[in-house]
Amino acid sequence: MLGFIIKRLLWMVPSLFAVSFLAFVLIQLPPGDYVTTYIATLAASNEIVDRTAAAELRTRFGLDQPFIVQYFKWIVGIVTRGDFGLSFEWQQPVSELIWERMALTLVVTSSTLLMTWALAFPIGVYSAVRQYSIGDYFFTFLGFLGLAIPSFLLALVLMYVAVVLFGADVGGLFSPEYQTAPWSWGKVQNLVEHLWVPVVILATNGTASLIRIMRANMLDELHRPYVTTARAKGLSEFRLLLKYPVRVAINPFISTIGWLLPNLISGALIVAVVLSLPIAGPLLLQSLMSQDMYLAGAFVLLMCTLTLVGTLLSDILLALVDPRIRFD
Amino acid sequence: MTTASPGQPIISIRDLHTHFPVRGGVVKAVDGVSFDLSRGKTVCVVGESGSGKSVTARSILQIVDPPGRVEKGSIVFNRTNGTSVDLASLNPRGREIRSVRGAEIAMIFQEPMSSLSPVHTIGNQITEVLTLHLGMSKKEATARAIELLRAVEIPNPERAIERYTFEYSGGMRQRAMIAMALACNPQVLIADEPTTALDVTTQAEILDLMKRLQAERGMAVMFITHDMGVVAEIADEVVVMYQGKVVERGPVEQIFHAPQDPYTQMLLGNVLKLERPSQIRAAREPVSAEEPPLLDVRGLKMHFPIRKGFFRKVVDHVRAVDDVDIVVRAGETLGIVGESGSGKTTLGRCLLRVYEPTAGQILYRRPDGSVDDVASLEKDRLRECRREMRMIFQDPFASLNPRMTVGQIIGEPLLVNGIAEGSELHDRVAALLKRVGLNPDWAERYPHAFSGGQRQRIGIARALALSPRLIVADEATSALDVSLRAQMLDLMLQLQDELKLAYVFVSHDISVIRYICDRVAVMYRGKVVETGDAEQVCNDPVHGYTKALLSAVPRPDPRERRIHARHRYVN
Repeated sequence: MLGFIIKRLLWMVPSLFAVSFLAFVLIQLPPGDYVTTYIATLAASNEIVDRTAAAELRTRFGLDQPFIVQYFKWIVGIVTRGDFGLSFEWQQPVSELIWERMALTLVVTSSTLLMTWALAFPIGVYSAVRQYSIGDYFFTFLGFLGLAIPSFLLALVLMYVAVVLFGADVGGLFSPEYQTAPWSWGKVQNLVEHLWVPVVILATNGTASLIRIMRANMLDELHRPYVTTARAKGLSEFRLLLKYPVRVAINPFISTIGWLLPNLISGALIVAVVLSLPIAGPLLLQSLMSQDMYLAGAFVLLMCTLTLVGTLLSDILLALVDPRIRFD
Repeated sequence: MTTASPGQPIISIRDLHTHFPVRGGVVKAVDGVSFDLSRGKTVCVVGESGSGKSVTARSILQIVDPPGRVEKGSIVFNRTNGTSVDLASLNPRGREIRSVRGAEIAMIFQEPMSSLSPVHTIGNQITEVLTLHLGMSKKEATARAIELLRAVEIPNPERAIERYTFEYSGGMRQRAMIAMALACNPQVLIADEPTTALDVTTQAEILDLMKRLQAERGMAVMFITHDMGVVAEIADEVVVMYQGKVVERGPVEQIFHAPQDPYTQMLLGNVLKLERPSQIRAAREPVSAEEPPLLDVRGLKMHFPIRKGFFRKVVDHVRAVDDVDIVVRAGETLGIVGESGSGKTTLGRCLLRVYEPTAGQILYRRPDGSVDDVASLEKDRLRECRREMRMIFQDPFASLNPRMTVGQIIGEPLLVNGIAEGSELHDRVAALLKRVGLNPDWAERYPHAFSGGQRQRIGIARALALSPRLIVADEATSALDVSLRAQMLDLMLQLQDELKLAYVFVSHDISVIRYICDRVAVMYRGKVVETGDAEQVCNDPVHGYTKALLSAVPRPDPRERRIHARHRYVN
């Protein structure tokens, strides 16, 4: 097991390098660079930037150097100093910009994840055990509804409901007075109060699909011979369900961790824009639009790293849960 | 609750009906079954697939899969302490029936791999019963589980309880299953085809073990099987089932030597038919040993690499086929017999170069007299050879594409080889269907409309489509009931006479080999340990392994019980 983990970790090193290079290439792919966008923005307000000034800006940002040199500088900075470069647009180090956003993203997504599991797991099991019962049809209907409604629409509806019916303050994760305040008990409380709207919206979709997955898996396992064996031993229906088929059917749940982590950044994008949440998604979008190369690069790199880490994490968990994988 | 008197049967089933409501009707899986189980006695329930024997067993414990349910009848369980209870009247999910399951009446199942949880240790699955019914502490239960594993002769039980199912061999798994069933000293043991998935030598060991444990504990055993040889070996009483009904029941001696019911007679007739060489084969001229061989295999090796470690380095090889020489002549049948893992299937596949052999020659004589080495042929020549060498597979359900009509399946080899199309193709498919005894009008139907035996006929028709000269049949009759098995073998022999086919017949079933084969090669761990005339190998084997294999096969005659005194081969 330890050998397996070490092997996977070692494999991550070359993968990360390949991925970081690709990320950098991707960022550079759109025509023009930050300066072009900058000039365009200025031109919109009738300010003309001449060629020499533009070239000067390019030199200052290091944009005139060959591609490979830029990549090399960037990656060396990250590896040696944890320096992700400077955001052109914000004129701040990238690392300062992203960490708080990442922390809040983590809060939002992990609460979403917990809620998704807490709902999908029992409902999925129930739907499978009582297949074709009224309850199953009810939840199946709800599930398809959840899958079918676009999350931004749900966000708008929920915002309306929250404001009109409850008079709640929606949008963002904090009330104005806490927005820039340092962390305190009150701020945490305020966060929790704001959290439920985005969590409900984000969880709806995930729950709906996970219920379907869990139901299908359970149905596969429910009629396996080992379940009959357990029944023939005299276990109660509830105990044998939890111990045998649920235990095996849970594997795909664990696999979802693998693709949930990268979703941290890009997944909740539309909802985050609609609700103006201060999480990573909107910032990534903004940086891509303004060709803020280092900021966008940092996000893409982070997403790729999280994908790798997520896959590793789910593989390790799977191996822990399923001995068949462990011994392979 | 009534009081039981001594000498009463421990379980008496009366007029049991278990039905499965399905769309458009009711399947009466068990339709008025009555019989008794007594202490210390073994009752064998025999019947072909779909006869309702498994459902009867499950009805006793009320674990019939939904939507099935016990509709009518009684299953009275008379306990040793004098109390009795009608199991059929209990709520299938209630506390009362649960306290019977696993504690007083235990059950073991056919597929020891899928019947045990893949993600729990063997120890965990055994101790569970102990803590549940006997209220043992974890420590006590573990100690008892070790004791139980020792009782079923699992080596190193202290370490074995930490193992998972997939780390056990088939025989070991069934032993663990038995240990689990015996954990609470049940009064009744129900065994649902417990040895069907096992090799004959392993089967003999398990039967021996069950007999010993039964004698020690005085349990009543209900043993479900379709193998008349096993019945003859272990039964005290026999219940013969057909289509949900008991057609005959009685002492084993009577069933085998004076069967009354025509179905029992037919069943036994088919079994006994397979105990002798086929009539068709006896009637024809033997193939001369001077005739040049159609297929001459020399020094064939198929080694699969075992890779280990960080760089997936090849550390060793599995020698699936190791230096095998065999010869097949036109018009004769060569049997390849062996247990699972002996390499017989790999050998069969190598002959058609499904696998690339590691070394050796497969010399094949073409119709024009030239000889090709299939093992090293170029693509085009190989394709030509493969037209003349076809294969029939074991599983009649999995080997036919469910989305193609039977006509398409049989016609496909003709079509892809550009031999026939349009109405000519249609005519040839019709002729092939007729040849294997199927109605040519059925060509438009899909495989699911056919029974197992009919599907296997379709598989044979497909193999015959290109007028082959050699057919490799890999366990072609293993998935069929015994009555169909003899029919299928007769069909193959007739075709052999008509078309001068050569067969390589891969099988683990000695009776099938004896019935159809002219010569036999016995395989053990990748090597051929003995070759010879089928009669000679089956009746007077020379090699120790062949002796062990043959003596482990139960004979369908209760007067000739011999498994216990079988020859054992230790290598």
